[in-house]
Amino acid sequence: MAVSQHKKPLTFNKLGVTFTRTTALSQQSFHFQRQSILDGGLENMDEKVTLKVENISLSFGGVKALDEVSLDVNGVEILAVIGPNGAGKTCLINSISGFYRPQTGSIYFNGHQVNKLSPHKIAEIGIARTFQNIELYTGLSTLDNLMAARHFHINYGTLAAAVYFGKSHREEIKHRKICEEIIDFLEMESLRKKTVGSLPYGQRKRVELGRALALEPKLLLLDEPMAGMNVEEKEDMARFIIDIFEEKKIPIILVEHDMGVVMDIADRITVLDFGIKIADGTPDDIKANPMVIKAYLGEEFTAASAA
Amino acid sequence: MQLPSGTINDSYEKDMAIIRTRWQWVMFIGFVVLIFVFPAFPFVSNYLLRIINNIVIAMILVLGLNILMGYAGQVSLGQGAFMAVGAYTVALLGHKLGVPFWLSLPAAGLSAGIVGVIFGAPSLRVKGVYLALATIAAQFIILWIVRHVHAFGGVSGVPNPPAAIGTFTINSQLSNYYLIIVVAIIMTFAAKNIARSKIGRAFVAIRDNDLAAEVMGISLFRYKLLAFFIGCFFAGIAGGLWANLIGHVQDEQFPLINSIWYTGMIMVGGQGYTLGAIIGTFLLLGVQEIVVLYGPSLSHIPGVGGSGYAGFSQFLMALIIVLFIIFEPRGLAHRWQIFKSSYRLHPFSY
Ligand SMILES: Nc1ncnc2c1ncn2[C@@H]1O[C@H](COP(=O)(O)OP(=O)(O)OP(=O)(O)O)[C@@H](O)[C@H]1O
Ligand SMILES: [Mg+2]
Repeated sequence: MAVSQHKKPLTFNKLGVTFTRTTALSQQSFHFQRQSILDGGLENMDEKVTLKVENISLSFGGVKALDEVSLDVNGVEILAVIGPNGAGKTCLINSISGFYRPQTGSIYFNGHQVNKLSPHKIAEIGIARTFQNIELYTGLSTLDNLMAARHFHINYGTLAAAVYFGKSHREEIKHRKICEEIIDFLEMESLRKKTVGSLPYGQRKRVELGRALALEPKLLLLDEPMAGMNVEEKEDMARFIIDIFEEKKIPIILVEHDMGVVMDIADRITVLDFGIKIADGTPDDIKANPMVIKAYLGEEFTAASAA
Repeated sequence: MQLPSGTINDSYEKDMAIIRTRWQWVMFIGFVVLIFVFPAFPFVSNYLLRIINNIVIAMILVLGLNILMGYAGQVSLGQGAFMAVGAYTVALLGHKLGVPFWLSLPAAGLSAGIVGVIFGAPSLRVKGVYLALATIAAQFIILWIVRHVHAFGGVSGVPNPPAAIGTFTINSQLSNYYLIIVVAIIMTFAAKNIARSKIGRAFVAIRDNDLAAEVMGISLFRYKLLAFFIGCFFAGIAGGLWANLIGHVQDEQFPLINSIWYTGMIMVGGQGYTLGAIIGTFLLLGVQEIVVLYGPSLSHIPGVGGSGYAGFSQFLMALIIVLFIIFEPRGLAHRWQIFKSSYRLHPFSY
């Protein structure tokens, strides 16, 4: 089980992004900076709206989990969604991925009306996600979890599968290579053939990210990818998220409680509270927004950001 | 997967192959040759061939049930009835329309597959015990129809004209043995290949986490029904072979209890292992045949009634299943996997 992984240095330069670790902050003692977007990276970016969420409401009996929530993802950006426990963040992700059906409102993605599609169709148009409480295929190996996510990219039928010769064999090899690239990218070589049910929590989170990538998404929804991780695992995860964004140019919606990470890597932040969107803006706007400070961040954060 | 030491994956092709080493090829070819020359051994009687024919037919059915239950995680207690659909398809097509066996056998698979999809439709809404109950319905509905609707033969059943190759008719235990063996080898390969293909992965994904599977691009609707189709297709093929072996198809040849034993064979062999389906079937049905053979001597045991052997095979089969559920719920094939990887010295176990 011992994992001896190759680790990239914690400070490195990739595609003009400075990625640094500072140990000044208290508990979650690291700090990321994505400078390319902040200083002048914006003009290269595709400004068209990739995802448009319009006035969606979702309630369970008396509980209004989402109340007239709207948001856009513009081109390729990292949009963080934050809010206290029970604010409706997971419900928002679930609505976008088709897991839940909002009672009113609509969601558009690249010209498709998402909230009219079944979840597997939503995956096919390019929306992939990870889950807050890991939802892997526990009986399959890491590799097969990734291969299973390539399902609709792999092109052969039932009869060809039964024969497993010629086309089906070639397709399997082709997609195996793609999955191996993702395994290398996420530094999971040692987990390749391990049954994921037997992996520790942090590694399962990573496999789940790999599975979402294997879908070749055009939008990635990450629901608390760092929850429950130790500092080292969080650093790895943050680095992977930035790498995915920078190298693969995939827009990301990131739900995360770790304010340090959110403030460092998000281009924009949307704040939910009791199912209502209370703020939307750049990390600096959000830090300064009195509503947000009152509803969510509290004194603790204002002190930390001042430091 | 653990590999024998010295076996190195230098390409994905090799890593994905089932038979890896020269030794495995030798064993495999030797085994196939043994199967084909088996009837020539002096100890092989017609009686033994009949038993083996029955077991191998059941094995084909269980291979399909393993895809449905072991891989896709959908319970079915109606497999016996789907086997009946295949058997009646072959008998009726042959008897009433004179369709040759090589055409009616695939038709048996198809018809059983389609009927299976109909009775598998509740899987889109329910799981576990409820699905088991829904599939038991197949058992009663299908068997009522073939028994009481005259077009399907009624109480007296349907005679099956034996399959023929040219002028040679397949109606002895020996000729049926070769027919069954050839079909069984094809079906075993098909089962193994489906299991390792994108379809097998989709099935396991549904079994392990159906909601995630749907969100990750696997249509539950399509793949649950496909699992029923494939599982019942195998049952239909088994039924078609049965029709040719028995020569006269009747409703009481497919009782509910058989459907229950088939699931027991999966449990004992190991859910989700092709090898498990094979050894599970041979173990349980082997035990049954041994009791049939030696059971009557039970009545010599003091304190056991003269008819003690009646139901004794069920007693043993049930006992074996319960013991497995308690001590090795993942089945013999799982044990075998552990055993294989423990004696191997492959240095890179990844
Ligand atoms: N399936 C459900 N049935 C009933 N209520 C639900 C369901 N899912 C969510 N809720 C309710 O909706 C509200 C929002 O939940 P949600 O999971 O979206 O919160 P969250 O912002 O993700 O919180 P956390 O930070 O704890 O993950 C909560 O009050 C929750 O109890
Ligand atoms: Mg949540």
